[in-house]
Formats: sequence, C-alpha cells, structure tokens
Amino acid sequence: MDALTFAVQLLNGVQYGLVLFLVASGLTLVFGILGVINLAHGAFYMLGAYLAWAIAAYTGSFALAVAGALAISFVLGILLEEVFVKRMIGRDHLAQVLLSFGLILVIDEVRQIVFGKDVHSVAPPDWLRGSIQLTDVLSYPIYRLALCVACLILACVIFYVIQKTRLGMVVRAGAENRDMTRALGIPFDLVNRYVFAGGIALAALGGALVAPVSTVFPGMGDSMLILSFVVVVLGGIGSVAGAAIGALLIGLTDTFGKVFFPQFSSILVYVLMAGVLLWRPNGLLGKS
Amino acid sequence: MSHSISSPISANRRRFLMGAAALTTGAAGFRFPTPAIAQGAPLKVGFMLPYSGTFAKLGKFIDDGFRLYVERQGGSLGGRRIEFVQVDDESKPESATDNMNRLVGRERVDLVVGTVHSGVAMAMVKVARDTNTPLIIPNAGANEATGPMCAPHIFRTSFSNWQVCQPMGKVMFDEGRRRVATITWRYAAGSQMIDAFKEGFTRAGGTIVEDLALPFPEVEFQALITRIATLRPDAVFAFFAGGGAVKFVKDYAAAGLNRTIPLYGAGFLTDGTLQAQGADANGVRTTLHYADNLDNPANRVFLEAFKAKTGQDGDIYAVQGWDAAALLAEGLKATGGDWSARARATSAMRSARIDSPRGPLSFNRAGNPVQNVYLREVRNGRNEVISVAGQAVDDPARGCRVQA
Repeated sequence: MDALTFAVQLLNGVQYGLVLFLVASGLTLVFGILGVINLAHGAFYMLGAYLAWAIAAYTGSFALAVAGALAISFVLGILLEEVFVKRMIGRDHLAQVLLSFGLILVIDEVRQIVFGKDVHSVAPPDWLRGSIQLTDVLSYPIYRLALCVACLILACVIFYVIQKTRLGMVVRAGAENRDMTRALGIPFDLVNRYVFAGGIALAALGGALVAPVSTVFPGMGDSMLILSFVVVVLGGIGSVAGAAIGALLIGLTDTFGKVFFPQFSSILVYVLMAGVLLWRPNGLLGKS
Repeated sequence: MSHSISSPISANRRRFLMGAAALTTGAAGFRFPTPAIAQGAPLKVGFMLPYSGTFAKLGKFIDDGFRLYVERQGGSLGGRRIEFVQVDDESKPESATDNMNRLVGRERVDLVVGTVHSGVAMAMVKVARDTNTPLIIPNAGANEATGPMCAPHIFRTSFSNWQVCQPMGKVMFDEGRRRVATITWRYAAGSQMIDAFKEGFTRAGGTIVEDLALPFPEVEFQALITRIATLRPDAVFAFFAGGGAVKFVKDYAAAGLNRTIPLYGAGFLTDGTLQAQGADANGVRTTLHYADNLDNPANRVFLEAFKAKTGQDGDIYAVQGWDAAALLAEGLKATGGDWSARARATSAMRSARIDSPRGPLSFNRAGNPVQNVYLREVRNGRNEVISVAGQAVDDPARGCRVQA
C-alpha cells in the first residue's frame, strides 16, 4: 500500500470515527450522565435522517432540513422525558431497557406510517457538492470533509459545555451525586430534561448530517446503536473525551480491518473492545 | 373470500397492519359472488409473504400481482374458484416453520405461495417437502430451493441466484473487461451471486482480481471503495440490495470511480432503488430476468392492468406474483379444476409454457424457471434493456434428484 492510499484510508477511518462520535456523544450524555440506558438511540438517528429527508424534499433546503430535524427531535426529547423517562431515572436497568425497546417499536411503526419504508437520498447543499481529486481514479467528496469539520466543531462545543460552563458543572455534579445536587437547590430535574432532549437531538442531528452520504432507510439505526454502545463502553461510561477517542479507534480499526483482514473485519471492533476492557475494565477514560 | 391469520405474539400490531389488507381482499371477494353452479369448494391458496418490515412492499406487490391475475380470470382458475389465506411471515426465519405449519395444518390450504426472504423460503421448502404441500416461490433466489431441496411439487416463478448472475460473466468479458473485482455482503445470497458471476466470467477467460466482502447488512463501504481504487480493476461486479444498494452506488459515484471503473451488478443493485440513487446510477449495467422497458404484448397488458388496479407501476415482484397465478392456472386447467388429481396438475405445471410479461417462461425438472436474462443499463432513472444476456437460461439445478 503506497503512502497516498494509506493516507486516504486513514482519512476514511477518521471520518467514520468522527461520525460515530457524533452519534455516540448523545448516548454518552444520556447513558453516562443520566444513567438511563436508551436502546432507542439508533431509532432517533434514523428518525433524524427521515425528518431531514422529508424537510429537504418539502423545502429544498438542506440547512432547514438539519435545523428542522434538530428542533423536532429536541422537542420530542423533552416530551418523552416528561412523559416517560423521568420515571426511569434511578430505576433498575431492566425497566429502562424495556421502555426504550418499546420506543424503538413505536418509532419504527410511526416512521412506517408517516414516511413509509422506501429508501431515500438527501442532496447535500450546492456549495458542498463535488469532490477533490486525490489520485487519477479516486476522488473524495467535499461533503465528507465538511462532515468531518462539522463533527469536530460539535465535539468542541460538547466538550466546552460539559467541561467549562456552569450548566456542564451541574450536569457533572448530578452524575456524581443526584441527591446531593438536589439538596443544594440546583434544579437537577430540569437539567435532566435538557440533557436527555439534547442527547436525542444529537442522535437525530447525526442522522440528518449523515443522510447525504449514508442514504435514508429503515433499520439504518440498528448497527449505529450497537456501535454507539461500543463507543461509550470503550471510552468509559460518561466520559465525552473517552467517547471521542473510542470512536476514532473504532473508525480506524474498522477501516483498516476491512482492508487488511477482510475475513475478520466484522469482529475486530469487538476484539478491540474486549482487549481494552481487559486492560482497563472501566474503559479508556472511565472512572474506577 | 379471504381472511387473515396471525401468530398470538404481537398479535395487536399485526392485526392493525393486516386489517387494511384483509378488508381490501374481503371486498374483492364479494365482488365475485360464488356462482350457483356446483364446482366444489374453492381452492385455498395460502400467501405466506412479508406484509410488514423491510420487504413489505415486495410482499404486497407479489400479492397484488397474483390477485390481479385471478381477478382477470373472473376469480377462478381452470374453472375452480380461488380463496386466499394470508399470513405475514415478517421475513423472520425463526417463525417460518410455525407460520408454514399453521397454513398447512390449521388452515388446510391446498397450495402455498411464498416468499421473499431466502431463509424463510428454505424453511417453507422443508415443510412443503415433509407435508407434500405444493409450493410456489415468487421471489427468494436461494439456489438450494431448486437444487438439492427440489421436489416435484415445488416451483419457483422468480429466479435462482445462479441464474441472474452467471450470464453476466460472458457479457463483461465480451465488453473487454479482463480483470474484475467483486464486492458483496458476506452472506448466503451474496456468495451465491458472486460465485455464479465468477463461474461465467472465468469460463469466458477473465481473471478475478479480488473478492471484497463486508458483513451483512453493514453499509460502511468507504474503505473498500478506496481499496478498489488501489486495485484498479477493469470493472467491478457488485451485489447489494435495498438501502445498501443505494448507498453503495452513491458512494461509488461520490468517489469518482464510476468515471474510470465501470460498475456492473446483479439487477437488485438498481431495481426498486433507482429513485434514491438518482443520477449516480446512470450507466450501471446489471443482469436480471426483467427490465423496465421490456416491450412485448404480455408486458403491456400486465403493466396497464396493474396500474389500473393499484395506481402503481408494476415491477418484477408483481410479475413474479402474476406468473405464480399463471402457473397455478396451468395446473388447474389440466385437471379441469380438480386439485385432487394433483400429480397430473403439478406435471402440467412442470411442462407449462407461459407467455410472461418477462418473456417466454417455462420450467426445468427442478421447478426453476427457464427464462431470458436481460442486460440492462440505467438511463434516466430506468433499467433499460440493452440486450439479452442469456436466452432461455436454465439453472443447472445442481443436487436435484427429481427426474424430468
């Protein structure tokens, strides 16, 4: 493999990793910080993609599609938190798993009724169309590069909010000790609601942003859900930075696995996870 | 008249989904009141098709195609009225045997029509063999169904995986492609299609540069697309379907490979997925036993009737359902509607010659269709015929011990 191909594969891996981080970051917030297992995360990812497609088809604007998917899913997240999820915080994981599995079925059914089950594609905005010629046969779509940049910016924003702002401090404090935070008079339940809605919105945003390169189809969230959990566990539950490192590791493992060990590529990600967990049982940046 | 049955598990969801279907079919039944002349009990046809899930649209089209044919014959075939029982197989192999047993055992259907998913179809073939129930497979392409698992009462009105891909080998070699890379999902259908293509291609004298594969149903193709650019084959042969097919064709074009390394594939790469693929699919060449602009009288009649009934454009799935009914009609005609003379009926079906919308259709000793396989190219959102890649292609039916 010459240096250029290697560099392109590296780029493929990093790009995939960044997308994985974007989707998994919402799960990190909900699972790691609220302690709620949300199996419906992949379903919201799919929903985001379908919303983006529907809005883009109606308005013709990709920016509106992304904004719309983000806004609708955020409101949906708030409603779901109010009606269901707040009862689940602190409950055993079985109840949460059952609830979110139910949500998967409902979201899937609603998607089928509202959007049907066809496969769709979403056009990227005009100024991001086209591609950069890398070799005489291979070019790289500009949208994929833009996706990388968008994921990086979002990663920085999430990181900044969690680590540097008062809101982030409250969220982290709540994750440490829920009751103590409440006792100090911090409106933790309200914060919970926004964190949950934010997590859902991040999943949907992932789906919407990925739609132009991934196409929109039923079941697109299934593999994303599993990989998102792998990212969260690998990085250390609740650690946003850990999730970022984990996502990049998985992106690179998957990409180079497919190139060098095609027969084993499907299990390499899990081998990586098992290896890391043997070495650090709480994940890369997890607290012991 | 028809009614629906469903498993007790998730019965509510299913009942909701099938309610509409049952209602429409019920209404269709009433339109043809049973004639006063005695003609015995109606023949019970069991549809075991996906009415929900990923393949629901395919199941619906097969169902529509079959019913349309029967309706056009006034609700009876060979003078025998047809009654339908439908069960949603949900494309779940794990409940396939139960569903099939329910149709054969409790509903006592005379014949089963199904299904789309190969795993489910193989379970159906097993039960059909064990209970000696006639079965017509209107889609699944698993080679085994009309190979080692063949039986005199098992038919297929679709294709075998081997059949639709093997002719492509010679086509590509004749178009000057000498070094070809293949790519698919690593699962049964994928490897059967790729193997069939390779058989045709290497026999013609071509060389396979590399077989690329990724786990089903993963859609992260980027690494392998870069790999293709590194290998620089003369062309690529691909098998994907549904959402994966759309994404692969789009990713392939986005990487610019479609300009330098032509993309070929099994017809499923572009069938039913063209709208989502858009301009990225232009120029993709595939082989299948049907094409969008097939111009023959049977196809014109079919397309017009299907559009009039459903408001949608008929496709290969509807044709396969339509032909399943046409095949049953041959059997019933031979016995004057008497299904108890089943051996005579099935042997008439074996030697049937059907004027199908896809072209001439007959059957080999294994019950697999003998049919033309067309080379199509995507032009302006349609899979247009370029040529006949294989005239009257007959699946070798390897492992089938039924004698002609």
